[in-house]
Amino acid sequence: MPAEPLRLMLCGSVDDGKSTLIGRLIHDLGAIPEDVLSGLVGEDGQADLSRLTDGLAAEREQGITIDVAWRYFRSPGRAFIAADAPGHEQYTRNMATAAASVDVAVLLVDARQGLTDQTHRHAQVAALLGLKSFVLVVNKMDLVDWSLGVFDKIAAAFAALCRSLNVEGQAVPATARSGANVVGRGETAAWWTGPTLLEVLESLPDALDAAAEAPLRLAVQMVLRPDGERAYAGRISAGTLREGDSVRVRPGDQTARIRRILGPEGPVPGAVAGQSVMVVLAEDRDLGRGDVLCAADQPADSADQMQADIIWMSERPLLPGRPYWLKLATRTVPGQVTAIKSRLDIRSGADLAADQLVLNDIGRCNLALGAPIALDAYVDCRDMGGFILIDRETQETVGAGLVRHALRRASNIHASPLSVSREARARSRSQKPTCLWFTGLSGAGKSTVANRLDQMLNHEGFHTMLLDGDNLRRGLNSDLGFTEADRVENIRRVAEVARLMADAGLIVLVAFISPFRADRESARALFEPGEFAEVFIDVPLQVAEQRDPKGLYRKARQGELPNFTGIDSPYEPPLAPEIHIRTETGTPDEACLHILEELRRRGRL
Amino acid sequence: MNDRDPSLARLESDSLHIIREVVAETRHPVLLYSIGKDSTVLLHLVRKAFHPLPPPLALLHVDTGWKFRQMYAARDELAARSDIELIVHQNPEGLRRGINPDEHGAELHTRIWKTEGLKQALDSHGFDAALAGARRDEEASRAKERIVSVRGPGHRWDPRRQRPEMWRLFNVRVGAGETLRVFPLSDWTELDVWRYIRHEGLEVSPLYFSAPRPVIQREGGLIMVDDDRLTLRPGEVPEIRDVRFRTLGCYPLTCATESPARTLDDIIEEVARATESERRGRLIDAAGEASMEAKKREGYF
Repeated sequence: MPAEPLRLMLCGSVDDGKSTLIGRLIHDLGAIPEDVLSGLVGEDGQADLSRLTDGLAAEREQGITIDVAWRYFRSPGRAFIAADAPGHEQYTRNMATAAASVDVAVLLVDARQGLTDQTHRHAQVAALLGLKSFVLVVNKMDLVDWSLGVFDKIAAAFAALCRSLNVEGQAVPATARSGANVVGRGETAAWWTGPTLLEVLESLPDALDAAAEAPLRLAVQMVLRPDGERAYAGRISAGTLREGDSVRVRPGDQTARIRRILGPEGPVPGAVAGQSVMVVLAEDRDLGRGDVLCAADQPADSADQMQADIIWMSERPLLPGRPYWLKLATRTVPGQVTAIKSRLDIRSGADLAADQLVLNDIGRCNLALGAPIALDAYVDCRDMGGFILIDRETQETVGAGLVRHALRRASNIHASPLSVSREARARSRSQKPTCLWFTGLSGAGKSTVANRLDQMLNHEGFHTMLLDGDNLRRGLNSDLGFTEADRVENIRRVAEVARLMADAGLIVLVAFISPFRADRESARALFEPGEFAEVFIDVPLQVAEQRDPKGLYRKARQGELPNFTGIDSPYEPPLAPEIHIRTETGTPDEACLHILEELRRRGRL
Repeated sequence: MNDRDPSLARLESDSLHIIREVVAETRHPVLLYSIGKDSTVLLHLVRKAFHPLPPPLALLHVDTGWKFRQMYAARDELAARSDIELIVHQNPEGLRRGINPDEHGAELHTRIWKTEGLKQALDSHGFDAALAGARRDEEASRAKERIVSVRGPGHRWDPRRQRPEMWRLFNVRVGAGETLRVFPLSDWTELDVWRYIRHEGLEVSPLYFSAPRPVIQREGGLIMVDDDRLTLRPGEVPEIRDVRFRTLGCYPLTCATESPARTLDDIIEEVARATESERRGRLIDAAGEASMEAKKREGYF
């Protein structure tokens, strides 16, 4: 009996009989306790095995499977861990979650229908997530009278699909409702001389065996100090580890030799993929969480730019330029998508153009990270090539990424050092470069206040520049519209321009609606601490709409201006602005005096 | 052990990975300890994860006052010899009102002592992550639990807002008022737990082993008469039967099963052949079809 349980996922819809099939597998292996079985009575008074897997109240109410359910059962020949993944398109992210934790995909189709769009989608996602072993269950064979012709046709289509995905596949006919050819033979047809589904599953190889053959990867989880020496704790993702082995540490390029390996029970001479150990090095190296011990001759890449396929899992779209946390193995760094190269059409496998990814989209993207990290291509090592993206505000997991390759541009483009420093430029103007970022609804009074403040500062002899949204959209940003993606890019460009002007020693006033918190935060990140001040020009929407100086709210209400902030596009107010101005009461001059006072208090003037 | 039983070694290794990840990335984790077999295995794994150093987190026992006497004895013995700090919390409201399953019913008893008691203990100590021994094979709504699961303000669980959990990457970042539940034994089955206990020579409560014990029949189950905390109803006469417990909760709410299994080998053989679910003996699970899920939404484990 293989040592490891086989981890598999079941893909298909309720209509294909997926829940019934998994219920049947567990039932016929004698693993459904009697008290549970007696609770599974359907409307017809018969035991309804599909009810076994729909564990959440919402699922039973709606008769669908929403979330991945994990099932555990064993045959005399093997233990199994099965993920029951939801089939509907809106749950692609849950399917990806299941696929990330298993080694085999079991696809289920109705014999009367054959392969459907959904089958193709499931197969694409499973193949993308690195599954190499596929099984097709052609279910409900009783409803086509166990027709050999029907089965052969579906099996041939499946073989073609597997070839196109470069995976191994085999097809099995079955009737889950009666249990025919699932665990036992049951009532099949004389022409079927192949294995039962269980026999197929029992014969599939163990995935960790392959991982042990790969070059060593061990991501450091934590540093412990037993007996006063630094021990690096981690789980071996790939390869083997022996005392005396040379390793290379990524990111960076340090080398070291393994002095001691501690297993859960004490010192061991060696360890292999899948084991959690602690490692003591012969040399004094100051490693930390996130560093990766690699085979010296085949180390992981070290990069701060990469290309990856991203599965988007959030209601809010993925937009280039927006900052996220990126977690890969045991390291978390800031990261952003710099370009979306294409979006995958999951049905056909074709690449389509895209400027954003929405929930359940899969796209090929370039990413830039805040610091170099160790990484491998996902196809070479799941643990070192799979990452998640985390929203910096909600802390939700919003995307999963599969590294294709590191990008080398980072190492080819070096920032040219400038002979005159920004400090020197600012000194010659006798002022501190500062960026005042005005944000607020259209009609709140950003331009009015910024203009007046600009005049006052000039009057006092300061060198300033005012960047106004409407003006920049006529020139630098004339190619951008008002979709969420274009708005993010609009703000990114303005922030870069403002930074260049601050480098030149200017006090820069930026007056842009800039509705998204995350984008204002990325603008802030371009400046030194204290240099950037968010000025929130705050007015209730009703007041702004009443003022409507450019007649824009009226147009938006009439549906002539789609994506208008406050109407059908959100405005996210600052949580802790440096300066908060309410223009509902008070004049622009009063607002300016308040800002000047605040800037003096902060030592900027 | 790795040479001897590869499948247990794999489960052990994966659990060690989870424990270390959470301890490395959270601010103030705690280990929930219920004295049962799963807690015993989890505590053993936590020790192994940091061996030879002592585990860098405390144990928390949320007490109801209605555990079996032998369970309290085991707990106090652990606290006395342990290299880990043991925190015991009892909901003051439960103490003041004298909440008990006999007079107040299973539901109120569970809510006040366990659900509310747990929330109080987590809040008052400022724990941001609670590790516990729940397993996915125990119950249908647990089969859909993440390994690292976020609880919103008020410790509520929203099954529709569960984070996707990819590969071995756990997102332990939380927002204001949010905390984590962590289940390192998610992929273990009841049989795995017993095989591991045998393999590692762990000591578990004698209540898991069959012995002649005084029991009464109540609502179709066998309730052990542990001491005079239990008020006998008219017609209830204790009799001696050979019983053991598959799961240990509050004693009047946890039914015994008749069994000849006196050794670990007996238990393992019995569990492998079992035709009843493990939590069958838990009376609190039975109220309403989605009962466990409803309790979890309120903050129960």
